[in-house]
Amino acid sequence: MSDVVEKTLSALPSLLSLDSQAGAGKLSPSSKLGNLIKGITELTSKHEEETLIKKELESIKEQVASPNTTMRQMKEIMVRAIYCEMLGYQASFSYIHAIKLAQQGSVLEKRVGYLAVSLFLNETDEFLLLLVNTVLKDLQSTNLIEVCMALTVVSQMFPKDMIPAILPVVEEKLTHPKEIIRRKAVLALYKFYLIAPNQVQHIHSKFRKALCDKDPGVMTASLHIYLQLIKENPESYKDLTGSMVTILRQVVGGKLPLDFNYHSVPAPWLQIQLLRILAYLGKEDQGTSEMMYDVLEESLRRAEMNHNITYAILFECVKTIYTVHPKSQLLEKAAECIGNFVLSPKINLKYLGLKALTYVVQQDANLALPHQMTIIECLDHSDVIIKRETLELLFRITNAQNVTVIVEKMLEFLRLTCDDYSTIDLVGKVAELTMNSVFSLGGDVMQPDIPNNFLRLLAEGVDNVEDRQLRLFAVDSYVSLLQGETAKLPQRFLQVISWVLGEYSYLREEESDPGSVMRLLARLLDQRHTSTETRSWVLGAMTKLCSSPVSVALARDVCERYLYSGSLNTVLRQKAQELMILSQDTKLRARVLPAEGRLESPEVDSSLSFLDGYVSDALAAGAAPYKSPHQRQEDLVQEKALSLEPYGLSLPVSLSSCSITDRRSPTLLSMSSGLSGNSTELSHQEGSTTLKLEGVKRVWGKDGYLAQQQSAGETPTPLVELPSPLLSPQSPPSQKPSSGLEPDQEKRQLASSLFVGLGSHNSVCLVRLPSTVWLFIKNCQSANQSNVVKSLFKPFYINSCQSKNHGSFVKVSGIFAARKSCQTDDSCCFPPQISCISGSPLKEVKGHSVSVCLHTVVMKRASVQVELAGLLSYQRPLGQPQAAQFSLSLSLKHFLRPLTVSTGDYGKMWLSFSHDLKQNLRLVTTEHQEPLTATLDALKGKLHLHVVDIIGSEGIVACRLLQGPGQGQPCLLHCRVHADSLAVWLRSPVPELPDSLLYHCQKALTET
Amino acid sequence: MQFMLLFSRQGKLRLQKWYVPLSDKEKKKITRELVQTVLARKPKMCSFLEWRDLKVVYKRYASLYFCCAIENQDNELITLEIIHRYVELLDKYFGSVCELDIIFNFEKAYFILDEFLLGGEAQDTSKKNVLKAIEQADLLAEENRPRQFFFSLLS
Repeated sequence: MSDVVEKTLSALPSLLSLDSQAGAGKLSPSSKLGNLIKGITELTSKHEEETLIKKELESIKEQVASPNTTMRQMKEIMVRAIYCEMLGYQASFSYIHAIKLAQQGSVLEKRVGYLAVSLFLNETDEFLLLLVNTVLKDLQSTNLIEVCMALTVVSQMFPKDMIPAILPVVEEKLTHPKEIIRRKAVLALYKFYLIAPNQVQHIHSKFRKALCDKDPGVMTASLHIYLQLIKENPESYKDLTGSMVTILRQVVGGKLPLDFNYHSVPAPWLQIQLLRILAYLGKEDQGTSEMMYDVLEESLRRAEMNHNITYAILFECVKTIYTVHPKSQLLEKAAECIGNFVLSPKINLKYLGLKALTYVVQQDANLALPHQMTIIECLDHSDVIIKRETLELLFRITNAQNVTVIVEKMLEFLRLTCDDYSTIDLVGKVAELTMNSVFSLGGDVMQPDIPNNFLRLLAEGVDNVEDRQLRLFAVDSYVSLLQGETAKLPQRFLQVISWVLGEYSYLREEESDPGSVMRLLARLLDQRHTSTETRSWVLGAMTKLCSSPVSVALARDVCERYLYSGSLNTVLRQKAQELMILSQDTKLRARVLPAEGRLESPEVDSSLSFLDGYVSDALAAGAAPYKSPHQRQEDLVQEKALSLEPYGLSLPVSLSSCSITDRRSPTLLSMSSGLSGNSTELSHQEGSTTLKLEGVKRVWGKDGYLAQQQSAGETPTPLVELPSPLLSPQSPPSQKPSSGLEPDQEKRQLASSLFVGLGSHNSVCLVRLPSTVWLFIKNCQSANQSNVVKSLFKPFYINSCQSKNHGSFVKVSGIFAARKSCQTDDSCCFPPQISCISGSPLKEVKGHSVSVCLHTVVMKRASVQVELAGLLSYQRPLGQPQAAQFSLSLSLKHFLRPLTVSTGDYGKMWLSFSHDLKQNLRLVTTEHQEPLTATLDALKGKLHLHVVDIIGSEGIVACRLLQGPGQGQPCLLHCRVHADSLAVWLRSPVPELPDSLLYHCQKALTET
Repeated sequence: MQFMLLFSRQGKLRLQKWYVPLSDKEKKKITRELVQTVLARKPKMCSFLEWRDLKVVYKRYASLYFCCAIENQDNELITLEIIHRYVELLDKYFGSVCELDIIFNFEKAYFILDEFLLGGEAQDTSKKNVLKAIEQADLLAEENRPRQFFFSLLS
């Protein structure tokens, strides 16, 4: 398409020379503008253009000055002058002639004159004073077009002080019979209000009249004024709420003339204006907000998604809904709407979706949760604007748990855009703010490289204005922090503060007394909670700062305390000594810590060449040559000297992975690898044991040992590095995830670290905690020689039988591993779905024949069916140790529990879940029940679902899956009777849950 | 709205309208840098920019870029539609408008803009009304506008 234009453009010169062509009429060679444009098009260099325009301007200048130039010629000249100005060449000599043209020309010439004035001049220009009389005259003209022109120029620029001169005439126009005049008069008053609000104070009543004008255009224009007024003082205009709501309802309802439609949407500009006004009126005012809920809902509903313009309205509507006093039902709808934006493939809508999210997460951080994956994708978007908006969004949901990842992302962004210093400024501040809030929250548990990164961010970069501002900003905010209560600030944060103050306090020195920062630092030293490490940072900062006499005195004071009152810490004494010496010797200090050297990064001489002299002297004096610790170690080994190593691991517990059969590998292996004793059990099972029985017993001997194992397995992983459920550290390496899935998993992992700490419906399984499936393993007599296996899996216990009870108690030590047996395609490459239960008997019954172990089983990954496999090893006193395998099939339904929620909560959850599935199911028909009720009852009975509500032909059902900590993960079902089937829509935060649950629903209904 | 700029793909300014008082120097600087920034953006990228402290909405029609700077709380999408409506108005007025129409009749383009946006606010969004106002003024003109057949912006 654009090629065509380029061709046209390149053909331009030749076209212009053909005066007989159709297009040439207005570009006739006699047209001087045509000639000028043609001339410029032919040029090849900027320099040539300059020469040409200079020549043109000379000729214009000559012509405007000539008394023989007619107004008609003047109009043509003025157009050329505008053109030259647009190209960037000043034609200031023509300004006065533009005013003259507006004054003296006929209507058409006047129009060009006014245009030139509005393009050439600023409202501060003194030339404008010359225009006042002309405007006044035209305002009073009987020619409507002249009045319009005058009002147009007035609405664009008018000298503030001259407003009273024309105000009465403009006011008069508010009652003009023509709506176009009334409208322009309102806009002129709006302009007056903006530049001089006091001047129009007395005509507020007339604004109201304009608001009630029968012409919608005039009314729309008056809303500009009202938006401004209400924004500044909402309290005084609450009485207008009703009118605004009525107007909006009429507009939305399509009551305006069709002229006002834009792409068949009724007056979108007006709608948006009204929505903005309502936002200001309803903000923090429940009563007023209640008046507008209905119309807001209607706006949302009416704006069907089809065109940009409806998205514009929706966006504004969402903003308003989130600004006024909240109403949960509306918020839900608005949240859904934001979802549509975020998920849109159109980049503009996506951007606005992110923006809307940024706005709403400030109220409810959970709203970001359903969009985790989209946000992650946007973080790597090729468009920097999208990236930046995403970071802004993340910045809003930063908390102590996800700060690490977010700050890292920000720094990453920063490094990529280092040339754009406005971006550095922005993100730098973001990082800075995050640091302050988050250092104070979780400073000490943070990884040390975060503060380091931050300090580097501050220190790096050229010494431009932005960097200085950022540093000064940091210094100022830290000083004010230190002035407050410091006891609660984490040590690491205090260290950062000390360093920053030491380096950059000089930036603020001109405006405050030099001792103030020193005093604040000294105060830190006095406080008892300040750690030794922090103290040494503080002393270092003081060393950098002690330039003024006040500081020197303070420093000396501090040093004396440390040196003479006997601090035992050598590092502190050393630092204090340095401070002492440097504070007394200004010359030395200037050499050691040059002020101008701050910004240069020091050169590190890694070869330590400056020590060469010293070394050669020492060697000459007979010293042994230097050997590295590694060399020394080797020497020791060669000399067979004492081994300083602690005893090596001598137990043959190396994992016998080679001998593991298919049956147990790889799952069992992965489970066992965490438990040092397991391999012995395995090898024993394989009959390849070389261990004494006592070995077995010792490993599994006392409860304490086993309990230790278990607790180790269940220690919550540090929050910063939480694994997502799919990437749990237990996942055996042998189970290769298909490569296509890897990036996705990476994203999920990133998501889990970014969104950690948000919301109760966290879709990430963070910590495995015992929950609710109890597994009873019971010994009972059986004639069967084989060990375990008969398993009755009822409600939730396993009843396994064991053979040959010899009277005395059987010690049961269990290693249970979960293994999936269902080989559905999508899940075969994933780790086991039941969490590992390491085998500590919670309770051991020294009964005659029974031992009870309680174990917790949760389903880590939703699946139709899982298999629980385990190994029981037991030993009779004095007998051979024995082991037995068993396995159990557990269906998803064993892990399901009813989820009791209210309809309202259901609605909220529904919106926030991202994994969904729709399917038609068979309806159960009985004689005495509605099909829907019967079907849901059947599901309820078989799958432990909770029927939340049934309304008409729809029913909502909820359940939860015992998957991780606490309540487990929810799955919601929305069922609707459709013809003679049941349309079921499942949603859950767990990816595979809807699918697996649907399978069981199908099965349950088929069996009925 | 703070200002509107029309410029070609080659970075040549075709029309500029400032609704905030700025010095010529500032205007030139903003124009130069903004034109560069917008031209550097790829076609599939977002139409909105946070550029310095400004919010910029731009859209390309054939060889011409329409670019508006708006206030922070303004609605980006509606600004995009303002641009579109303006192009529609130009199209209706010139009859399948092309860049050349705007180059050679830029004062007309200004008149239409002033009738549509006044002081940076949409004053009349009805296409019919805007064109009626322009044509009334034009009636006084003795010159008639010949038809164009160059490439249309709106196709």
